[in-house]
Amino acid sequence: MATETTDAAGVCVDAGGSALGMPQLCADWMSNQVFWLVVTLVAIYFVMSRIALPRIGAVLAERSGTITNDVAAAEELKNKAAEAEAAYEKALVDARAEAAKIVAEAKAEIQAELDVELQKADAEIAAKTAESEAAIAEIRDGAVKSVTEVAKDTAKELVAVMGGSADAKAITAAVNARMKG
Amino acid sequence: MAEEKEGGLVFHPLDQFIVKPLFGDGPVQWYTVTNLTLWMAIALLAIIGVFVLGSRGRAVIPSRIQSIGELIYGFIYKMVEDVTGKDGVKYFPYIMTLFLFILFSNYLALIPMSYSPTSMIAVTAVLGFGVFICVTALGFILNGPKFLGLFWMSDAPAILRPIIAVIEVISYFVRPVSHSIRLAGNIMAGHAVLKVFAGFAALALVSPFAIFGIVAIYGLEVLVCGIQAYVFTILTCVYLRDALHPSH
Repeated sequence: MATETTDAAGVCVDAGGSALGMPQLCADWMSNQVFWLVVTLVAIYFVMSRIALPRIGAVLAERSGTITNDVAAAEELKNKAAEAEAAYEKALVDARAEAAKIVAEAKAEIQAELDVELQKADAEIAAKTAESEAAIAEIRDGAVKSVTEVAKDTAKELVAVMGGSADAKAITAAVNARMKG
Repeated sequence: MAEEKEGGLVFHPLDQFIVKPLFGDGPVQWYTVTNLTLWMAIALLAIIGVFVLGSRGRAVIPSRIQSIGELIYGFIYKMVEDVTGKDGVKYFPYIMTLFLFILFSNYLALIPMSYSPTSMIAVTAVLGFGVFICVTALGFILNGPKFLGLFWMSDAPAILRPIIAVIEVISYFVRPVSHSIRLAGNIMAGHAVLKVFAGFAALALVSPFAIFGIVAIYGLEVLVCGIQAYVFTILTCVYLRDALHPSH
């Protein structure tokens, strides 16, 4: 004890101020360390448990509440967007159907008109054809008649030139027979 | 040795742990304000700065300091909840106090010329034995004699049970010793090694290596400080779980 009182720093430090052995094991200092440790721990505990921890806990709870609310709101908005999208899709499908209907109607109309016109044209063509056929038949008949007449006349003239008097009826019959053959 | 002393290679790696009175030169009494008191007070002020002043705004969108506090809060809260279960959450403030004191003391001790309270075995022994005594008392208060079931492996073979019980009891009583020496040993060794490298830095030939060594050890210490605070806290949680649910 005498050394402790004379030596200012205590028994664990030599005259030069260096540690004698491990300062950790110096029994003289331990009560001091323990005392201040307890004081510090109690202070930290009161500061934390009375002020800091409740405050931070409240902030964290508030934040998680806010986040939950925001997530719910986002979910709601997402549902709304999905609804709007569905409505849009439906409108699109309806419009497509309407357009298809209009196209089909227009097609049918055009087809009907076309059919009518075609029929008219067909009838006209048929009429024209019939007319032309009649004319051709007439011409042909005319031609045949002419040929017969020409043949009779020629045969008469030939017979007359040859010196025979020809019976007109016999010649006509002969020409007719020839013409048939 | 004499030659080295002449070359200026005198280093006392343990001198940094000497407890000195801040005011005057008298002997260190239990109430004396010392360098240890100063650095504990700085740790306390730093904790108040981060957790009280930092969260002053109570902002839903946190400031930087507030988000640090929230990060540590969430980390320890989750650790307590995960390890001890829902009924351990009411001990969260105590565990938070331990963690913050160790974490801030460890990191403040990395400031050059600072003092490291957690390197003192008396400090960590109070922490370790404090946890041990509280947890044991809590185990008996909450569970009564059933707490002794912690040592009795009911699913082990009957012959082995007494042997296992003896081993369990020994390991249970070693817990506070390892709990406190682990922390003090890590911090003290790290600081002593830093000091040794710093001493070698005075020698021109090896000083580049010594300075590189200081940087490397310092980086390692930054890890060790965080890890030791974490280990101490999670072991406290594990011991607390044993007290709350002694059946294996």
